Amino acid sequence: MSAVTLSNIVKRFGTFTAVHRTTLEIPEGAFVTLLGPSGCGKTTNLRMIAGLLDPTEGEILIGGKRVNDVPIHKRNLGLVFQNYALFPHKTVAENVAFGLKYRNVPKSEIAAKVRDALDLVQLPHVGDRYPKALSGGQQQRIALARAIVIEPDVLLLDEPLSALDANLREDMRVELKRIQERIGVTTVFVTHDQSEALAMSDLIVVMSEGRVEQVGKPEEVYNTPATEFVANFLGASNIFDARCVEHGATVVVEDVVFGRVTVPATKAPNLMGTGPAKLVVRAEKLKLARDAAPEGVISVPATVETVDYQGQAVRYFVRAGEAQLQAINMIDDHPFAVGAAVHLHLRPQDCAALPG
Amino acid sequence: MGWQIIRAWTVLVYAFMFLPVAVVVLLSFNANQFGSFPMTGVSLHWFQELWNNDAVMRAFRTSLVLGLMTALISTTLGILASLALVRYNIPGRNAITTLLIAPILVPEVVLAVALLLFLNWLGIGKSFALLLAGHVIFTLPFVILVVQARLVSIKRDVEEAALSLGASPVQTFFAVTLPLMLPAVAAGALFAFTISFDDITGTLFWKPGGVETVPTQIFSMLRNSISPEINALGTVMIVMTVGLPLLGAAVARKLTMKGGT
Repeated sequence: MSAVTLSNIVKRFGTFTAVHRTTLEIPEGAFVTLLGPSGCGKTTNLRMIAGLLDPTEGEILIGGKRVNDVPIHKRNLGLVFQNYALFPHKTVAENVAFGLKYRNVPKSEIAAKVRDALDLVQLPHVGDRYPKALSGGQQQRIALARAIVIEPDVLLLDEPLSALDANLREDMRVELKRIQERIGVTTVFVTHDQSEALAMSDLIVVMSEGRVEQVGKPEEVYNTPATEFVANFLGASNIFDARCVEHGATVVVEDVVFGRVTVPATKAPNLMGTGPAKLVVRAEKLKLARDAAPEGVISVPATVETVDYQGQAVRYFVRAGEAQLQAINMIDDHPFAVGAAVHLHLRPQDCAALPG
Repeated sequence: MGWQIIRAWTVLVYAFMFLPVAVVVLLSFNANQFGSFPMTGVSLHWFQELWNNDAVMRAFRTSLVLGLMTALISTTLGILASLALVRYNIPGRNAITTLLIAPILVPEVVLAVALLLFLNWLGIGKSFALLLAGHVIFTLPFVILVVQARLVSIKRDVEEAALSLGASPVQTFFAVTLPLMLPAVAAGALFAFTISFDDITGTLFWKPGGVETVPTQIFSMLRNSISPEINALGTVMIVMTVGLPLLGAAVARKLTMKGGT
């Protein structure tokens, strides 16, 4: 059974439609990420699940029960915000105990539960302090402790890592995932950061302009994007107009840069037959080399136009005939210089095809 | 050279503003039976006279009750109005805000006469309730301005967090919103009290016969004679209307520091 179900949800603000007819199943115990650029409707969906917004149409079910008319304070959800939203006038322990007080938990148990929650987020000694005495990362841990101590049916995280520094963000990412796995709570996580989504999720829901573009495991949405939007949003991709000339156990597409490319059928699930198509080549799969490729690997001569050096990796912009492509390569030593003549190596099985 | 002149000028301006007040305070301790210089000694005689003057004490009690009730009602209404204006998307929000702030902008005499005429038209006579209503009307804008400013700075997130943790909207207000806006609420209440406590214009129009507040009492005493008691009364007024807000500000600062945002 799904922990949360959105059934034909529509949300309009006046004449603006924030969420188009959306149906979504969030499995029990899963870590599900709503991923998309700002304004794609991901936060609107989260706020509707939370009960902070009412859907214009459709039904929301939590644990199989319709909750459209259940106000937020009766839904038993844990909510964590981007800006922590701790109560500044209460100590850390009072913050964490807040939800328990409204659940008629006996005083003796409250103290024990608060202690356990603070242990879980690895901040056992800050109970007496006020939130402003803590760093941003610590405050967010307390916010998490406050949300999970009530044993919510669903944990809702609204860009919880966005306000943190880059280094801290990666630590917190690991920490958050550890805690979520430990308590096994169904989690809905909203972010615009693809690396967060890929690293943490059991399931990613990619959204754009109020619509769900693709739902899948991280490696599915990454390797087999269902739409051009997904291909572009997750990682950097080169997308070419192509024609599908053979459609069977393998799919053969033809484009002006790489010629005939034999793509595994599993990487072209939405391509229904021969005709116009698009070839998706991930920037990381396109390798620059001095020499032509061995048998079985496509090799195309090209010229380096721009070099964007990033330390262990380099992002190249290269020209092959009429087309400009980008390639992200790991490097040992020196990157290719601007103007260098190179060969682009591409394994056909690394490509994906979309309907044209 | 230029700075010297500016400095001297500043001192003169302050002297002009505060010397009369200082003189009143000074003379209230004068042992002389006339309320003027020269001072013949220091005594609390006139404060004692004040204590024994029934009319003054009655006026003092009236002012105190009036001020406290004004503060209570104004603050309550001000909090409710601010919540409605800030937290809910009510139609005509700007118009309503302007209307609520208007009593500050309208000359007090005009407001006083208007309210009187309005009640006359309704056939309701002067009463303590009318006086109270009048004071509430022109202290309310101050409360709303102060409380609204604070409420805007309280993030909606914090209230939403409380709701998600199981507190009902009313419980959320008392557990989170009200404590966070307490400094502003206290400041608003103090404003309301001090403004009510030393108002005279509106009070002269609205007070029913036989009821005097401290300012109207002073006013009527001045018409008969200049008694040194008035100096003493003035000193008491100054202590209340200057000292209370200072005290309030100190308390508010302490509360804010503890709460922090």
